[in-house]
Amino acid sequence: MAAKGDIIIDIERCKGCQVCLDACPKDVLEMSRKVNSKGYQYTVKVNSDCTGCANCAIVCPDAVISVYRVK
Amino acid sequence: MAEQSIISPENLVYKKTGVMTDRELHYCPGCGHGTAHRMLAEAIDELGIQSETIGVAPVGCSVLAYYYLNVDMQEAAHGRAPAVATGIKRVLPEKYVFTYQGDGDLAAIGTAETIHACNRGENFLIVFINNGIYGMTGGQMAPTTLPGMKSSTCPLGRDVLTMGNPLKITELVAQLPGTYYVTRQSVHTPGNARKARRAMKKALEYQKENKGTCVVEVVSNCPSGWKMNPVESNKWMEENMFPFYPLGDIKVPGKGLVSDGKNGS
Repeated sequence: MAAKGDIIIDIERCKGCQVCLDACPKDVLEMSRKVNSKGYQYTVKVNSDCTGCANCAIVCPDAVISVYRVK
Repeated sequence: MAEQSIISPENLVYKKTGVMTDRELHYCPGCGHGTAHRMLAEAIDELGIQSETIGVAPVGCSVLAYYYLNVDMQEAAHGRAPAVATGIKRVLPEKYVFTYQGDGDLAAIGTAETIHACNRGENFLIVFINNGIYGMTGGQMAPTTLPGMKSSTCPLGRDVLTMGNPLKITELVAQLPGTYYVTRQSVHTPGNARKARRAMKKALEYQKENKGTCVVEVVSNCPSGWKMNPVESNKWMEENMFPFYPLGDIKVPGKGLVSDGKNGS
């Protein structure tokens, strides 16, 4: 099945709080093994199941996620 | 290939609102302040009142709210945000005025200002972030700290016999005739955050009716103060904060008091 949604993560602003991981209904997100310049692990998209529901972006305290969805 | 085509301007469904500035938030990872700021900003954005809104920033963790919210802002002395907002709203009654305060600001040093502004029925919105602790100064006990909850000044847990009971200030101001709409929300899950945004939007809209003070309490977490990771702190909040601070409307226009604060809704 073709992906319906996609996200862009501003990894430099991510503080690695992992709140988005719980909010994602499709388990699309995981924490990186690397760290960003602030020293935080950041969220990465690991598969193409994203539906573009924007749950991750809404709960992200730092608003690092932009969401795209095929309409 | 398919993924390339999804990321295009016409498919954009969610990004940071323009009512927030580009500045990076100074809050700790996972802090509810960031989401609460954004829900308020989105409510302002949806109503299209960015240029007519004036905010009052408090003292506490959110003291720098004026850096992040892209509306006219005024910093107030500790706890005095409702007094400053009263002045702004009386001089500029056509503007939308809100205060953004934490529990140390609103429920401790600013209790008198809060109660009297609500009792006078000043026509502005109070956004009250309640995380049950003084976050900025290092996690000391606040008036809203739960019984038995540990903080740096009550390391064995709050003992109500010597330290008093937690103050449910939102229920308290809901009793006053000056308040028009009083509700308690949270922003830790997508659904709750959307509800909080709707509540703030409603509260801003009510300012047009000039009927009284609107109070939106947001029960939030404090991962650093509670000494937990953000996900654990959200879980702890659901298990411990929500039974004491039940979510839902407390006072609704037309219906009056709808909750006594003892049961959830």
